[in-house]
Amino acid sequence: MAKQIEVADLDAYYGSHKAIEGISMTIEPRSVTAFIGPSGCGKSTFLRTLNRMHEVIPGARVTGKIRLEDQDLYGAGVDPVSVRRTVGMVFQRPNPFPTMSIFDNVAAGLRLNGRVRRSELEGVVEKSLRGANLWNEVKDRLSKPGAGLSGGQQQRLCIARAIAVSPAVLLMDEPCSALDPISTLAIEDLIAQLKNDFTIVIVTHNMQQAARVSDRTAFFNLAGPGKPGKLVEMDDTSKIFTTPSEKATEDYITGRFG
Amino acid sequence: MATSLRTREGGPATGRSASRHDRGEGPFRFLTTGAGILLLAIMAAIAVFLVVKAIPALQQNTSNFFTEKLWTPNGAEPRFGIAALAFGTLISSLLALLMALPVAVGVALFISHYAPRRLAGVLGYLVDLLAAVPSVVYGLWGVIFLVPFMSGPATFLNTYFGWIPLFAGDAVYGRSILTASVVLAIMILPIIAAISREVFLQAPGSLEEASLALGATRWEMIRMSVLPFGRAGVVSAAMLGLGRAMGETIAVALIFPATFEITLRVLSANGNSIAANIANGFGEATVTGRGALIASGLVLFVITLAVNMAARLIVARRSFGGAA
Ligand SMILES: Nc1ncnc2c1ncn2[C@@H]1O[C@H](COP(=O)(O)OP(=O)(O)OP(=O)(O)O)[C@@H](O)[C@H]1O
Ligand SMILES: [Mg+2]
Repeated sequence: MAKQIEVADLDAYYGSHKAIEGISMTIEPRSVTAFIGPSGCGKSTFLRTLNRMHEVIPGARVTGKIRLEDQDLYGAGVDPVSVRRTVGMVFQRPNPFPTMSIFDNVAAGLRLNGRVRRSELEGVVEKSLRGANLWNEVKDRLSKPGAGLSGGQQQRLCIARAIAVSPAVLLMDEPCSALDPISTLAIEDLIAQLKNDFTIVIVTHNMQQAARVSDRTAFFNLAGPGKPGKLVEMDDTSKIFTTPSEKATEDYITGRFG
Repeated sequence: MATSLRTREGGPATGRSASRHDRGEGPFRFLTTGAGILLLAIMAAIAVFLVVKAIPALQQNTSNFFTEKLWTPNGAEPRFGIAALAFGTLISSLLALLMALPVAVGVALFISHYAPRRLAGVLGYLVDLLAAVPSVVYGLWGVIFLVPFMSGPATFLNTYFGWIPLFAGDAVYGRSILTASVVLAIMILPIIAAISREVFLQAPGSLEEASLALGATRWEMIRMSVLPFGRAGVVSAAMLGLGRAMGETIAVALIFPATFEITLRVLSANGNSIAANIANGFGEATVTGRGALIASGLVLFVITLAVNMAARLIVARRSFGGAA
């Protein structure tokens, strides 16, 4: 079930270095939200605060509030492990578990949730692989290692692995940047399908991609070198790419940046 | 200008790279190949020397070298065999590995994935330090402290777990196979822990993040992405430890009561090993006695080699066999 995310006045730190500052936004369920902005402005950092992966890095911490529907993600007593089961993530580089088969990769998250019957597992694995548009390519070699797939297939395997645990939100950090144009299109089609069931947030450096796949776009920028990244504006994608309110956004989108 | 440029780009440049090829590559290749050949030659010479020394003694033997338990090669009728010694070497080393491996892997995981960074640094340093302690120190500690100390735990095992053949027997002794195994375990623990830690530290962060993002706890993350990655390295570390335990001489020579029995009762007053027997017997050995000891050393060498090869097979099968 897709859920809404509401962020209020969020700062994130690496040790004493403040990477992002004062971010507030609402991310709507059953839609695709794109994060764009220059390198180092904190898109990945912000994305990782949404499923509490940020704090995995030693010394990293967060202040501010994030609500997922009616749950306070950073509330006292909230287990980050359970947050990550609700908010799934796909990384920039495909990272299937190399020692596991294709089947086991997709089943990995389910097995974490306790003992699942094999028949049930098979059903979910097939559904997830179909959901990731990978089923037809791998159905005859489910027991082969996941590392034996092409890069684009591996990334779709990682998406299947993430959606197998039926999260409410799917975060994607530049999921196509290591892929060729064909695989990229395959993943973009997939994102368009997945938004019927999930809340999707995608970080991308590809303006066309943001324009193609997203409903809403958030533009982040650095106030200056060494300063924390900030949210400049967030609006409907069509508006951001035609008539943005801020000059910085327009400059960035039209390539007159920096 | 143009001419000089052409010269610099053409003639001298290629000439220089060619001469570099000649001057650097040739001698370097000669040196490395030479070192390799020298190493092989030295090993072959040692092997030939040992075999030459061992054969006459084996010919003098009035018993079967492989099945005989006793070791009396110094008399007029030399009678000696490797059976009890090889058995003692294997059982004490395997027990040591059994005790050391889980602890070592636990220590390694704690240092690599649980301890706060500063504590991890101190612990890692400590483990490296322990790995460098000379074995005679462990042996003396074993004799002076562990032998008297072990009577308590040994009595406990014998009383409550006597139904396990290993701990059976009418009485327990301090100088036993178990005590020697404990000393061996402590000796090989640091090296296994140090290597395992290095392997665990190299587990790719991307895989650790993949499992965490799926909602894995830290232990589940370790099981999904660190242990599978480190398995081959841990097996190698374990085999290195086993090899050390089998070859260990002084520490166990001080502890073993030097009997020639084949028994599983690790609490009884029994125990010996090939290496300990060499250390104990070489001083007063006759020519035949020395030959016999050299033959036993060759057997130890073969056992170590076999263990290493088995380990390599395990590692290769695990990493290239694909997923089950
Ligand atoms: N693990 C880390 N430790 C310390 N600082 C970090 C770490 N990761 C990122 N940073 C810092 O945080 C800031 C934001 O980085 P982040 O990776 O979020 O940027 P980004 O917008 O995702 O960039 P890109 O588009 O290049 O991926 C940068 O100044 C970066 O140096
Ligand atoms: Mg990034």
